[in-house]
Amino acid sequence: MSILLDRETRVLVQGITGKMARFHTKEMLDYGTQVVGGVVPGKGGETVEGVPVFNTMKEAVAETGADATLVFVPPPAAADSIMEAADSGIRYCVCITDGIPAQDMIRVKRYMYRYPKERRMILTGPNCAGTISPGKAMLGIMPGHIYLPGNVGIVGRSGTLGYEAAAQLKELGLGISTSVGIGGDPINGSSFRDVLEHFQNDDDTHAICLIGEIGGPQEAEAAEYIRDNVTKPVVAYVAGLTAPKGRTMGHAGAIISAFGESASEKVEILAAAGVTMAENPAVIGATIARVMQ
Amino acid sequence: MDIHEYQAKEILSNFGVGIPQGALAYSPEQAAYRAREMGGDRWVVKAQVHAGGRGKAGGVKLCSSDSEIQTVTEGMLGQKIVTHQTGPEGKGIYRVYVEAAVPITREIYVGFVLDRARQRVMIVASSEGGMEIEDISAQQPESIVRATVEPAVGLQEFQCREIAFALGIKPGMVQQMVRTLLGCYRAFRDLDATMVEVNPLVITGDDRILALDAKMTFDNNALFRHPQVSELRDKSQEDPRESRAADRGLSYVGLNGNIGCIVNGAGLAMATMDTIKLAGGEPANFLDIGGGATPERVAKAFRLVMSDKNVQAILVNIFAGINRCDWVAEGVVRALREEPVDVPVVVRLAGTNVKEGQKILAQSGLPLIRATTLMEAAERAVMAWRSDTNRNPNLKVV
Repeated sequence: MSILLDRETRVLVQGITGKMARFHTKEMLDYGTQVVGGVVPGKGGETVEGVPVFNTMKEAVAETGADATLVFVPPPAAADSIMEAADSGIRYCVCITDGIPAQDMIRVKRYMYRYPKERRMILTGPNCAGTISPGKAMLGIMPGHIYLPGNVGIVGRSGTLGYEAAAQLKELGLGISTSVGIGGDPINGSSFRDVLEHFQNDDDTHAICLIGEIGGPQEAEAAEYIRDNVTKPVVAYVAGLTAPKGRTMGHAGAIISAFGESASEKVEILAAAGVTMAENPAVIGATIARVMQ
Repeated sequence: MDIHEYQAKEILSNFGVGIPQGALAYSPEQAAYRAREMGGDRWVVKAQVHAGGRGKAGGVKLCSSDSEIQTVTEGMLGQKIVTHQTGPEGKGIYRVYVEAAVPITREIYVGFVLDRARQRVMIVASSEGGMEIEDISAQQPESIVRATVEPAVGLQEFQCREIAFALGIKPGMVQQMVRTLLGCYRAFRDLDATMVEVNPLVITGDDRILALDAKMTFDNNALFRHPQVSELRDKSQEDPRESRAADRGLSYVGLNGNIGCIVNGAGLAMATMDTIKLAGGEPANFLDIGGGATPERVAKAFRLVMSDKNVQAILVNIFAGINRCDWVAEGVVRALREEPVDVPVVVRLAGTNVKEGQKILAQSGLPLIRATTLMEAAERAVMAWRSDTNRNPNLKVV
């Protein structure tokens, strides 16, 4: 098993005719992902990489039986596209787009809660590299070959730092059940806690790696959840020990604006919840290997 | 994006929030003229800088004559103000706001923020205005009242009334308070702010509710739909290197160390800075060149990092995924051939085609220091910086 996506997942790409989306559609297909269609309003009837394009999400879902979607739509229209996905019966949505206004995301989250839990779409991102279940399917922009299939679940805010962890694990011969990017924005679709719950319930995930950073309350919320609910070993690394207060470090959400949001405070909170901390980013892989012995 | 107090007040006033009479001035003569125009006998001259804590740093002065206004303004303009929010380099004062002094009977704190835990807009209010919110929550947490805005319908009047009564506003003025809070909220919502802070919101002797100080921060990601807000940007309040970087699509934050960093991805960039610190060095900057890491971007990044005169070594850390290491290596080599740098450069590449990338760096003939792991890269950068500093006794050692 894996979480959120596997070989059976049928994927749509929203904004598939864009240059970046085209490229990554091909990468995903090459990886073995079942990309079954794309959606671009007004471009219905075209094909991209052999995949049919539809005008609306509802039409695409009806024609292809898709249950997941990847959003590549530019920031001004991205929130609208996520809501369209939520309304079309899609189960899982990954949004790659960087630069969506925070208040748009607040509205998206509110909109998603119109649906009862069993019909509510799961969203990860925006501003993330996506999700991959190695050897099964890839829903994102990551280099698929750095991920070995295996039993470590990875959840992180940062794309390249997640690659770094995956590459370190591969070097040690350790594989990954699923790696989920929750993105660097202040208002995001799923929190660390949400993804941890999936990993805790997944039999194929034996250990969990959490990659956090400065800003926001989600690492602290995750710590509480781990303390009370997670029985699997958890390793964490928090980036930004040298980040000054009040400055945005690249990610819109990476800013220390309140108590408990600095890296050192988060390290303390996670450690107190029983999480094994990787002291520096170069030893994330080795620390996971240690707790899995 | 931050704006000045006078700009925030003008915006809030357009949304129905009361503000004292005031006017902007760029010279001592203009300040005095503005005060005369306004009338009255007591005025406050306020330095316009993008930082809180001005009062304690001498940036807010009460005056009671023309000549006093001129002297005070002359003393402010062109000076740097240093507060706990500006960093040691301070922020330059290039304009002042002259305001008619008002008789204050009460000071209240009102703030609108993005509540990241609830993922909604939250109002924070306290009867202890004038203090900073961090101090209020540390010293008088019981004075704080909060309300969360339901995004589907926006802030409701009953929520504003609840806040007003909780703050002990007298019944005859509750409606005025409701209007004030709704005005702040609408400004926040309509203009995509991420923060609106009115501190203090004052109640005057003649029963008016006025925003005596105001701060607004806007969501950079939403500026595309608010050109009138973008126009309020004041580059004199920004670090020139950061503005230049932002204008070129690079994400840069200047720090006080000596080891320049060029990294792709925000998380990896922070992790690289942390590792430099662990290895005994101090990072000079945060720099995320983005996923692409094209030769052009790498070249821009070198120029930007080298524009910081404190930089005595550079660490390039690129995790190449889709963009392969050999391509990134070619970019680094090309950038350094076109514009050589006079400090040691450590390059660590990881990911796709790493061996080919290393080979290109090795065969380039450039004096590059190569590293495989992140820790090794940081250690070599710190070592290179130390030995380079020893060779150059004039350089500052931190």
